[in-house]
Amino acid sequence: MNRVLPQVTGTPRILLGGLALAFLGIAVTFVLDPYRNYQLAIVAAYFCATAGLSVLVGLTGQLSLGHAALMAAGGYGYALAASLVDGMADGGPGTSGDEGTSVVRVLAGLAGAVVVSGVLGLLLGLAGARLRGPYLAGLTLALVIALPAVTAVLRGVLGGDQGLRAPYEDVPPALERLVALEQWHAWIAILAASVAATGLVLLRRSRAGLQMRAVHGDETAARLSGVPAGRVKVVAFVASAVSAGLGGAVLCLVTQSVSPGAYSLAFSLLLVVAAVVGGLGSLGGAAVGSAVVVLLPWLIESVTTALDLPADLQQRLSGNLAVLVFGALLVVVTLAWPGGAAGALAARRAARSQQPPLTER
Amino acid sequence: MDRLVFLLATGVARGAVFALFALSLVIVWRAARVVNFAQGAMAVVAVFVAFGVTAATGSYWLGLGSALLTGAVLGVVVERGVMNHVPAGNPLPGMIVAIGLVMVLQSGLGMLFGPQHRPMAAPFDERPFQVGGVPVLSPYDVFVLVVAVVVMGVLALLFTRTSLGLQLRASAFAPEVSRLLGVRVPRMLTIGWVLSSAVAALAALLLVPTELGLNAHSADMLFVHAFTVAVVGGLDSPVGALLGGLVVGVLMTLVTGYLGATVAPVAVLVLLATVLLVRPAGIFAAIEARQA
Amino acid sequence: MTALLTIESLAVGYGGAPVIASLDLAVEEGTVVALLGANGAGKTTLLRTVSGLITPRGGRILLDGDDLAGVAVEDRARCGLAQVPEGRSVVAELTVEENLQLGALWRHRRRAERRVAVDEMYELFEPLARRRSSAGHQLSGGERQMLALARALVAEPRVLLLDEPSLGLAPRVVAQLLAVIRGTVDRTGLTVLLAEQNVTSALSVADRGVVLGLGEVVADAPAAELAADPALRHAYLGF
Repeated sequence: MNRVLPQVTGTPRILLGGLALAFLGIAVTFVLDPYRNYQLAIVAAYFCATAGLSVLVGLTGQLSLGHAALMAAGGYGYALAASLVDGMADGGPGTSGDEGTSVVRVLAGLAGAVVVSGVLGLLLGLAGARLRGPYLAGLTLALVIALPAVTAVLRGVLGGDQGLRAPYEDVPPALERLVALEQWHAWIAILAASVAATGLVLLRRSRAGLQMRAVHGDETAARLSGVPAGRVKVVAFVASAVSAGLGGAVLCLVTQSVSPGAYSLAFSLLLVVAAVVGGLGSLGGAAVGSAVVVLLPWLIESVTTALDLPADLQQRLSGNLAVLVFGALLVVVTLAWPGGAAGALAARRAARSQQPPLTER
Repeated sequence: MDRLVFLLATGVARGAVFALFALSLVIVWRAARVVNFAQGAMAVVAVFVAFGVTAATGSYWLGLGSALLTGAVLGVVVERGVMNHVPAGNPLPGMIVAIGLVMVLQSGLGMLFGPQHRPMAAPFDERPFQVGGVPVLSPYDVFVLVVAVVVMGVLALLFTRTSLGLQLRASAFAPEVSRLLGVRVPRMLTIGWVLSSAVAALAALLLVPTELGLNAHSADMLFVHAFTVAVVGGLDSPVGALLGGLVVGVLMTLVTGYLGATVAPVAVLVLLATVLLVRPAGIFAAIEARQA
Repeated sequence: MTALLTIESLAVGYGGAPVIASLDLAVEEGTVVALLGANGAGKTTLLRTVSGLITPRGGRILLDGDDLAGVAVEDRARCGLAQVPEGRSVVAELTVEENLQLGALWRHRRRAERRVAVDEMYELFEPLARRRSSAGHQLSGGERQMLALARALVAEPRVLLLDEPSLGLAPRVVAQLLAVIRGTVDRTGLTVLLAEQNVTSALSVADRGVVLGLGEVVADAPAAELAADPALRHAYLGF
């Protein structure tokens, strides 16, 4: 990777890298069937949240058990903003559907997602800066468990258990014969994922990123060196929240709906699994983790269906078996390979070149 | 007014259960310096065992005994088998491993027992007594209060008046010095986990009959409530757990009674956020200075 | 007299750097050996290794002929090897009485025996008797050190390791503590390894003085000799 175009370094290099990955992703969508493209879009959405969480935990040591709630915030923000724009369009809601995708609507939705998830992230970040690890984790746990209740209490705006609907974005007329719907959605998801990834990498390499690592390593020493530890932790939290919010917005766009049931505690824990298995702090790891978390349940489901088990057992295994495997993975990976997949890869590479391994890609 | 009295009384009974569960969190926090996020899931396993035993033998008391036993065994298994291997110093791996345990335990229960809520019968009547025409507490509520008070009293005596309790406290306050004095600190750690897990199992067992039914996720809200109690009372303070339990129990029952059950999780969240932001050490936190 | 505590070719290090290179030391039963040397010479490391808190890289530690390798810290204590670590080792959250009870627990399982042992300590350390219900953090520096010492002695150890007991204490208090230690040694045949920076006080109660420099023994002589010989003192102790 470092041998390609070595003369380009720093921020331009990262931006180019993000673009390259986006193009690569888009190219891939051409060889996948519609269902796979749908899965790809879901993986990309999960990646946004996982990457944010991974950077948050890996860089500042703050564990959030409620990132699903931040995704939900993004989803609701998207739905509210996009629907608002839709309502303001000539002829009322739904009339712009025939014209493919309304860029204004999508951008408005994304802006809404960023704002809502950013504000929630700011509040949590401010709390987290003052709290020690377990307390923040407990707070975020309470948040994600309270999500259904929050939507019920604010039923007027948030629609309770039913949730909200988001406008349908069809393939633009110009590309209609070239690209299927799922592929189009996958493109949007991949673009969002590249933006999130690029942003996080830039953050990691920036002065703020250095400060975060200093605070994580030894907070007292960092404070003594003049690092504003509290502010640094808040910045990290907001960044990870916005990233998760983007992921939620993408999910909302692809499924045209957002509801509390889709963002449960189980989902939050799944994001933790993805981040840990991939390797905390590593974006490549986050990608691997997200893929595992989306594809493994599907794989397990296929296997159990193929085994032709009695319907009752089938019912009980569905969902639960995947969670069991993930829970076991979480325990085993944390105890045996704390660096996750990325850490193991880095160690192998280091052993081969006999250099001390870098801890993140 | 009648309603208020009833809610207050029920709140106290509910609070006793929260206090008991919070106490189990305090015990394991003091012993291992870890917030056991898996406490609820472990407790639910024990309640399932109790449910099975009661169904098979027809005796609630055998079920209760088996819940305590299961809790104790789980405490040993989790501590020796999992938590012992977690690197110390950094609280993060311990939390992540506990989360993993929650997932394993809850999905395991889901696979064995399915998603339905199984109603659990209480050993005593759940309809409230009437005092001067005003419904106050039910026989079951009284039972819960008595059990909670007795258990807390026994634990207090254990910790403050017995040599085992002295060793447990010393191992928690100063593990290295205790070892130098011949105290078997690793064994004390395991005993701490055992006590904590058994008490949590008891608390969950007392709670479930008053809820919709037994299910793999029965203890999620209990954990959040108890965590809030531990935060309000101070993770380091057993007395805080007791007082915090009463406060949270009464508050929650009032909220549920006047605003409806759907609002409860939001109320807990608000309370938790408020206490964490205003006084993270807890309102009744231990005043003793921890000077070396 | 036989050596109760024998250290052979001990090597201790953290990471790449050895703190103790190869140390040999024999402590005879019923004597006080003063372990002297500047900060960083390895005194604390040595004591912590003997107690089992640090695992050595090489060499052996023998208590009455038995190799202590693989023996856990708490089991070494139960063999009669007591240590009063450096600094505030009193359990601050427990009372004086509780600290003493804690110290006596492994030796005296029965309440009545423990009572006798603890009361003996109150006789030996009068100020502690007056403060028996006070919590550790309410005691003065001198009282705390007294308590730490009493807590180690209450279990009637065979070997007592003391790490800088005089740190932060007034000379009068130091003298009292050392007098108690010497008295106990003479009365009961206790063996003491006393790590100290306060050379004069240490040598005044010791039978032998061992000087550590950069993890090695650089001088090993009877205490009186070390105290009296200015050349020796100057070379190894810097004054």
